[in-house]
Amino acid sequence: GAGSPHANDCPGTTSEQAGKSSSCAGCPNQKICASGATKAPDPAIAEIGEKLSTVKHKILVLSGKGGVGKSTFSAHLAHTLASDSTKEVALLDVDICGPSIPRIMGLEGEQVHQSGSGWSPVYVDDNLAVMSIGFLLSSPDDAVIWRGPKKNGMIKQFLRDVDWGDLDYLIVDTPPGTSDEHLSIVQYLSSTHVDGAVIITTPQEVSLQDVRKEIRFCQKVKLPIIGVVENMSGFVCPSCKNTSQIFPPTSGGAERMCADLDLPLLGKVPLDPRIARSCDEGKSFINEVPDSPAAKVYQSIVQSE
Amino acid sequence: MAVIGILDVDLCGPSIPRMLSIGRPDVHQCDSGWVPVYTDAAKTLALMSIGFLLEDPDEAVVWRGPKKTAMIGQFVSDVAWGELDVLLVDTPPGTSDEHLAVLENLKKHSRVDGAILVTTPQAVSTGDVRREITFCKKTGIRILGIVENMSGFVCPHCSECSNIFSKGGGEELAKLTGSIFLGAVPLDPLLSTSIEEGKDFIQSFPDSATFSAISSISQTLLESLQTA
Repeated sequence: GAGSPHANDCPGTTSEQAGKSSSCAGCPNQKICASGATKAPDPAIAEIGEKLSTVKHKILVLSGKGGVGKSTFSAHLAHTLASDSTKEVALLDVDICGPSIPRIMGLEGEQVHQSGSGWSPVYVDDNLAVMSIGFLLSSPDDAVIWRGPKKNGMIKQFLRDVDWGDLDYLIVDTPPGTSDEHLSIVQYLSSTHVDGAVIITTPQEVSLQDVRKEIRFCQKVKLPIIGVVENMSGFVCPSCKNTSQIFPPTSGGAERMCADLDLPLLGKVPLDPRIARSCDEGKSFINEVPDSPAAKVYQSIVQSE
Repeated sequence: MAVIGILDVDLCGPSIPRMLSIGRPDVHQCDSGWVPVYTDAAKTLALMSIGFLLEDPDEAVVWRGPKKTAMIGQFVSDVAWGELDVLLVDTPPGTSDEHLAVLENLKKHSRVDGAILVTTPQAVSTGDVRREITFCKKTGIRILGIVENMSGFVCPHCSECSNIFSKGGGEELAKLTGSIFLGAVPLDPLLSTSIEEGKDFIQSFPDSATFSAISSISQTLLESLQTA
C-alpha cells in the first residue's frame, strides 16, 4: 500500500514544480511533468486571447455542489441580458458530461454547423447564441465518457474554434466542482480579461461547505468573485401562501457566509415550481412569469452586476 | 447486524462526513492498510472520504483527472474495510474520471453488484440520467434501479402537495430505458435539517413520508441483491 494518506494540490502541469512537488508522488503523470514536456505554454491560449478580444464581458457561473440550479441561473442570466436587444449575448456550456443548457434554452435536437470562420453557435434569438456539447451528440442517450484531458481539449475548441463574433457578454456555465473543466476554462482564458465568477448555492450548510471550496479555488486562480446567489431560498405555497424553508439555512445560509467572507450576496431566489417547468419546456422563466418573486430577484441580480 | 461501508469518491465536494456528523478524525494505518472511520462504537458503519484527509475543511481539492484517479485507486485498494455486507459508493455527478476509476478498481477486487441512479422529477435531470444509464450499459454495470428524489412537497401548513421540481420524470425514465423504478422520495425539510445537524433522520422522524419511501426502497434493493 501507499504511505500515509495525504491530499495536497497538483501544482499544475505548467508550474515550475510540475512533477517535482511532494504532492506529485503517486500521480501517474509525474514522469511526464518532471521531464518538462508540459511546461511550454499552449499556443491556443494566445489564439483564444486574440479570438475573444471582441468579447466585452466574460462571466463564469460556478458552484461547489451539483443540483443547486447553476444551469438554470446561467440560462436565465443570458435571457435577461439579451432582453436588451442592443446587446450581443452568448452562453457557453462546458458541462461536458451533463449538458443541460440545450434543453433549458429550448434548443434540443439542434446541431452545430461549420463554416470558414469556425463552428457557428446555435441562436435562440438574433442576439443570443449558445454552444454546448449537447449539440454535437446525436442522441439524448449518448454518454460522454471522457477523462480529463479529452474534456480539456473540447473546452479549448469551444473557446478557440467557435465563431462568436463581437459580444457584449459571454456567460460560461460549468459543472459542479473544482477540477479539469474549471482549471481549463481559467487557463484558456488567461490571456483575456474575465470579469469574474458568480457562485450559486442553496441555503444548506452541506451546499455552503462546497461553496467555500469554490471560493478558495477562485482565490487560488485569481478569479474575481462577482458575488453569490442563493437558490431554493424558501418556498411560498401557492395554495395557502405560507413560506416553508425546504432547505433550511441551518448555518445562516448564504447571507451569513457572505458576511463572514465579505462577499456580495447578489440575491436570494425562492423555489417556484414554474421555474422547473420553464426549464423543462425550454422557455425563459423571466418571460413566462415576469411578476413572480423569483423573476424579480433575477432582474435585480442582473442590474446589480 | 449488517456491516456497511460507504466510500465517498466525490473528491471536490465530499459531503458524507458532515451528513453522518463525523467531523475530521485522523486516518490511521494498520497492517492491512488505512483504517476507515467508524460512525459507531459497534463498527457497523465505516466511511472513507477525502474529507478526512484535508487539514482545512474549506480547502479546495483542485485536482485534474489523473490525480483523482490515483486517489480513488488508493481508496479502493488501500482501505482495510474488513468484512462488509455492503459497500456503498457515493459518486459526484458525471461520467468521467471518478466513475471510471472507482469501477475499474472495484472490479479488480470483487464483483460490482450494480448501480442505483438518482434523479429528480424534472426533464433536465432525467436528461442527464439517461446518459448515466448509457455509461452503466457501456461499462457493464447492472442497473439496480432508479430513485426519484425531491418528489413533491407537502405543505406543512395546508397539506397541499406542490411538485416543485416537476412530476413523474423518474417513472417515465424507468419505462423509457427498461429499468426498475425503485420509488419516489418526497421533500422533507426535516431530512435536510437532520443531515445538516448530523442527526439520524430515521431515528428522529420515523413517521415522515420521506422515511417510509427510503425504507421501502432500501428493502426492495436488499431483496434484489439477495436474489442476484
